[in-house]
Amino acid sequence: MTTEQTNKNPLIAKNEWFIILAAVVLPFIFHFSPYIQGLLIFIMIWTVLGSSWNLLAGFTGLVSFGHAAYFGVGAYVGGLLYFHFHISPWWGLLLGGPVAVLFGYLLGLMVFRLRGPYFALGTLASAEILRIVFGQEEWLTNGHNGILYITTWVSKYPYYFVGLAIALGSVLTIKLVMRSKAGFYFLSIREDEDAAEALGIDTKLYKNIATIISTFWAGTAGAFYMIYMGFIDPEVVFALHNISIITILVGIIGGVGTIWGPTVGAVIMVLVQELFRSAFFDLAPSWVSRMHELAFGLLVIFVILYLAGGVVGDWDIIRKRLHFKRAEIKE
Amino acid sequence: MELFLQTLVNGTLIGGLYAIIGIGMTLIMGVMGIINLAHGQIMMIAMYITWVLWQFLGIDPLLSLFISIPLVYVLGDLMARYLLYPLMEKESILPENQVLMTVGIGMVLVELARTIFTSDYRSVQTSYSDIVWRLGHISLSVPVVIDFFIAIAFTGAMFWFLIKTDIGRSIRATAQDKEAAILMGVSAKKITILTFALGSSLTAAAGTLFLPIYYLYPDVGPIFTLKAFVITILGGLGSTVGAIAGGLVLGIAETFGATYISMGYRDAFGLIIFLLVLIFMPGGLKSLTKV
Repeated sequence: MTTEQTNKNPLIAKNEWFIILAAVVLPFIFHFSPYIQGLLIFIMIWTVLGSSWNLLAGFTGLVSFGHAAYFGVGAYVGGLLYFHFHISPWWGLLLGGPVAVLFGYLLGLMVFRLRGPYFALGTLASAEILRIVFGQEEWLTNGHNGILYITTWVSKYPYYFVGLAIALGSVLTIKLVMRSKAGFYFLSIREDEDAAEALGIDTKLYKNIATIISTFWAGTAGAFYMIYMGFIDPEVVFALHNISIITILVGIIGGVGTIWGPTVGAVIMVLVQELFRSAFFDLAPSWVSRMHELAFGLLVIFVILYLAGGVVGDWDIIRKRLHFKRAEIKE
Repeated sequence: MELFLQTLVNGTLIGGLYAIIGIGMTLIMGVMGIINLAHGQIMMIAMYITWVLWQFLGIDPLLSLFISIPLVYVLGDLMARYLLYPLMEKESILPENQVLMTVGIGMVLVELARTIFTSDYRSVQTSYSDIVWRLGHISLSVPVVIDFFIAIAFTGAMFWFLIKTDIGRSIRATAQDKEAAILMGVSAKKITILTFALGSSLTAAAGTLFLPIYYLYPDVGPIFTLKAFVITILGGLGSTVGAIAGGLVLGIAETFGATYISMGYRDAFGLIIFLLVLIFMPGGLKSLTKV
């Protein structure tokens, strides 16, 4: 996969240009309803979060179970600026990433001593501690009442394009990094950290670089979420299940350690959940709508069991299966 | 002083229940080498089983131990056999694949419960729920005391099983050195599945015992999953004695923190201890005693 990429290839391949162009032009042609725009914006947010997790976990082998920490910090930067100083949360979009990076670095000082499951648990615990602290310190964060902000635009189109820019930014940065020398160092750390260290790679430095890029995009995603939704509270942005875990599942479904995996995962996650939430657009009985997360969970189990590389990582297997079946029917 | 003693007693009683959750987790961690992020969710399933038995058949939670534990044992067996064990033999990019599978399982269990029982809060009111004993100035809630002693009984039984029986010895051997255990003729598959089922049924026991004390709702699980791995890390990986000590320490630390510092931070104390232990004492309490 990644080893095949050489610097001769253009950063954005032809079919990728096609998708980007479609994402930019189609809204002008078809005038999506606000409902569809909303879904697309959520796909963007999950793409950013999933990609940022994937850089850390899928490429560098640092499986974080606490990405909500960076997402939440990013969201609260804009939120707190608005809450205390009445500064537009749009500044959060600029500052959310860097503050999340700073925060991720401090956290890294602690959790980088840990490996494997311990690292997972350490990050998970950090995010949970933040959730509780942000809920309790009402003088700073307004606690569980959250922070409310009247969104800048009523129309969702501007948010769509901001979201698209952020999503593209995150995916392309990661693609760029993975083509560079640092990318190969990341992979070597994932495969065998001790061996990488023995070969003279400064593993600590490169783990920090991966974290900086990852936390920057996670924080930016959080800041964008704040601007778009206009409301945050600790239970939402620091959620263990709804942010940290779903981020991981988006990465897994799409394909761990692939550039476009999290994007595909985000599309699948949002579509599957929405299909069930709307009870297949009211075609199915209403109790189906309660199953939206159940359906996604079952899909995750299926993917882990049979497509360990995710939809993108195991695309060849999926394609072969499909072709094989088609051939069988023809005979 | 009375407040101090009262807090200590409450913490110890809750700690006894935490201990059996912790033992279940530490067994699974020791043998399978994974963190089970569905642990609390399995406990939640046991709680719902108990609640259904109480609500529709009027069976006392203490009696339903005999039903909930075997049911969850079977559930654990099936999950380990068909979902977790197959992953052990597969190559994947992330070694954490089994952990991620437990995340998926946990999510499905929670959502199943939500689909069937909705998100409403449930509770069980037994005839002895509200009885309180008074020892001097200290009050003891009867259901909590009963639960504590049953938990001790379970812990004792588990010890006997692990130390005296052949299967128990195989489990300990696999936890200590998997390769050597396999060479000695222990079936890794059998022991893995057995351990997961056993760990699940221990946490099921805890869930059933917790029900008269706690509210029940589909999202109750994750809190206990977190507590379970705090206990496990605190006690030292794979150490049963450590899990008991860890359970007691967590119970006492939580109640003291809630009483003297802040109620809202109750669930944070365990996590903070957990991070400190991970960083400064990676071996857990086990490393202090060298047992």
